[in-house]
Amino acid sequence: MAVIEIKNVAKRFGSYQALHDINLTIDDQEFMVLLGASGCGKSTLLRIIAGLETQTTGEVWIGGRRIDHLPPKDRGIAMVFQNYAVFPHLTVFENIGFGLRMQKLPNDEVKRRVERTAELMHIEQLLSRYSGELSGGQRQRVAVARALAMEPDVILMDEPLSNLDALLRMEMRAELKGVLAESNTTAIYVTHDQVEAMSMADRISVMHEGRIVQAASPIEVYRDPAERFVAGFIGNPPMNFLPAEPTGAGQWRVAGQTLKGPDLNRPLEFAIRPEDMTLSDAGLKAKAKVVEPLGAHLLVTAEVDGTLFRAVLDSDLKVSPGDVLTLAPTPDRIRWFDPKSHHAVQ
Amino acid sequence: MNARYLPYLLILPVTLFLCLFFLYPFILVAQQAFYADGGWSLKNFQDVTSHWKFPISFRNTMLLAAAVVPVQLALALLMATMVTRMQKGRDLILYVWTIPLGISDLAAGIIWLAIFEQSGFLNSMMSGLGVVDRPVNFLSYQHPGIVFLAIALAEIWRATAIMLVILVAGIGLIPKEYYEAAEVFGASPWKRFTRITLPLLRPSLQTALVLRVILAFEIFAVVAALGGTLFPVLMGETYAYQFDLLNGGAAAAMALIILAISIAFTLIIMRALRVPKGATI
Ligand SMILES: Nc1ncnc2c1ncn2[C@@H]1O[C@H](COP(=O)(O)OP(=O)(O)OP(=O)(O)O)[C@@H](O)[C@H]1O
Ligand SMILES: [Mg+2]
Repeated sequence: MAVIEIKNVAKRFGSYQALHDINLTIDDQEFMVLLGASGCGKSTLLRIIAGLETQTTGEVWIGGRRIDHLPPKDRGIAMVFQNYAVFPHLTVFENIGFGLRMQKLPNDEVKRRVERTAELMHIEQLLSRYSGELSGGQRQRVAVARALAMEPDVILMDEPLSNLDALLRMEMRAELKGVLAESNTTAIYVTHDQVEAMSMADRISVMHEGRIVQAASPIEVYRDPAERFVAGFIGNPPMNFLPAEPTGAGQWRVAGQTLKGPDLNRPLEFAIRPEDMTLSDAGLKAKAKVVEPLGAHLLVTAEVDGTLFRAVLDSDLKVSPGDVLTLAPTPDRIRWFDPKSHHAVQ
Repeated sequence: MNARYLPYLLILPVTLFLCLFFLYPFILVAQQAFYADGGWSLKNFQDVTSHWKFPISFRNTMLLAAAVVPVQLALALLMATMVTRMQKGRDLILYVWTIPLGISDLAAGIIWLAIFEQSGFLNSMMSGLGVVDRPVNFLSYQHPGIVFLAIALAEIWRATAIMLVILVAGIGLIPKEYYEAAEVFGASPWKRFTRITLPLLRPSLQTALVLRVILAFEIFAVVAALGGTLFPVLMGETYAYQFDLLNGGAAAAMALIILAISIAFTLIIMRALRVPKGATI
């Protein structure tokens, strides 16, 4: 049982506050993805869990045991580093077996575990090579195998696929998820790639400027962003936003149209995903600017009431720049945000 | 310009320079060494190696190298690791530690002579403290151990910094991530040093050791200042052949013998510390 609990963790580098009061619980055997833009503190949080960095305040618990004062090796974790950190002077075999050797396991046990994990990662034919003789993808597999060979309770991964080309990345994504699902480990996976996050995670923690703004299942993060930042960050193209003024009980004026919304009496922001709109007789008037046929669908970048607005439409439609489209938002997909606090409004 | 010839053209000036000022004199020296009694012969080599002082100076040179180089290596590694860990004042410490580099070997010998000689600092201190009643002549034939120690100390003081500088640069090239990975996978600080630093430092260790060992075989001025004729070494004998005995052929033969020893040790070091293909950082 390796539940990870992060309690009120904050980190300060000199006068720079890299993490603010992080609270997060990761369930046993869960695959948690930390997602956020570059510099938001993902690596810092991961390194605090690993023990490579010390938090300024707060506690880290793994499996019901407070571990934040322990050295990395006593925390029951293994890590896959962003640049792999596959030791160049050791063969693949010795790399995978490095942690086992440090634990002074007998030779035959080391051999058994190295061979088993190498097989799992499909690198058994590379065992006698040095890292200089491996491709990026192979090196990445070695880094994962080295972590898995430890049979850790927790595996921490810092953007392990970021250096791979798109195709290999997709392949490794599926493979990694499969391997980890079988291994009963709790995984924390750092990435800034939302596709990777959506496709691999049991749960995603979206980070922004040193805070976790939402921790939820991929579909929930996508459908019900807790904050405007999440709505604008997740999804490609991201959500559209328009200012909305209340005109009566649950009635809102958005770009000259009246829509149903929450029963509040202050300005809000209306938000809709580009794919959640259909061409209709009544709706938002959008003047098409750029039309991009993407095969599966048509991406139209338009202007609604002077605001940039994107719509993903059926690829059979004929739209040219300059056309005025009438877009009807699917009612149950409309979201509302408070323009001051940026929180979602029910 | 044909791109195939460009590199050769570019190294031509250096090659010419080296041929003129290095290879040509070297050939002359070699010629001189292998030339005696109006013809080619090994007589010069036979003469110098059969001289009674040769085994002594050979042994002294080797002993000195064997005593000095390992101590310097250990010290340089220790100092380099300490400097690398330092956050503040690192450059200042490095400058201070490398000051002896700027002092010539003869000057270094004289500094240590001022410490060890009969009217030197050590004697004044010891008689001041009442340890001895009258000054002792440490650097005499009665104290061969102290002569050796004084020379070794002076050499260690003088020439450790050259290894230090090379090793500091080498350690700086090792990415921090390797240490973090080693730490996460359970390596203690000592294991991180032996399993990560040392193996990844092999190229720098090679350079530092080769340079240092060659210089150790060429030791001359420090010995001349501290030991004089009490402690014959190969380079001192070479000097004596050339300038005291005016025997250029013998001096050339000695020089070639020192060269051969240097080459042999260089090859041994390169071989012992070689990095397998594909195993570089
Ligand atoms: N050792 C350090 N000293 C000072 N500031 C640091 C240090 N490490 C990280 N930071 C700062 O903390 C912030 C978060 O860094 P972190 O490495 O966690 O970002 P990240 O989310 O992993 O970004 P990326 O996706 O680019 O890897 C950054 O602004 C960074 O400049
Ligand atoms: Mg990072």
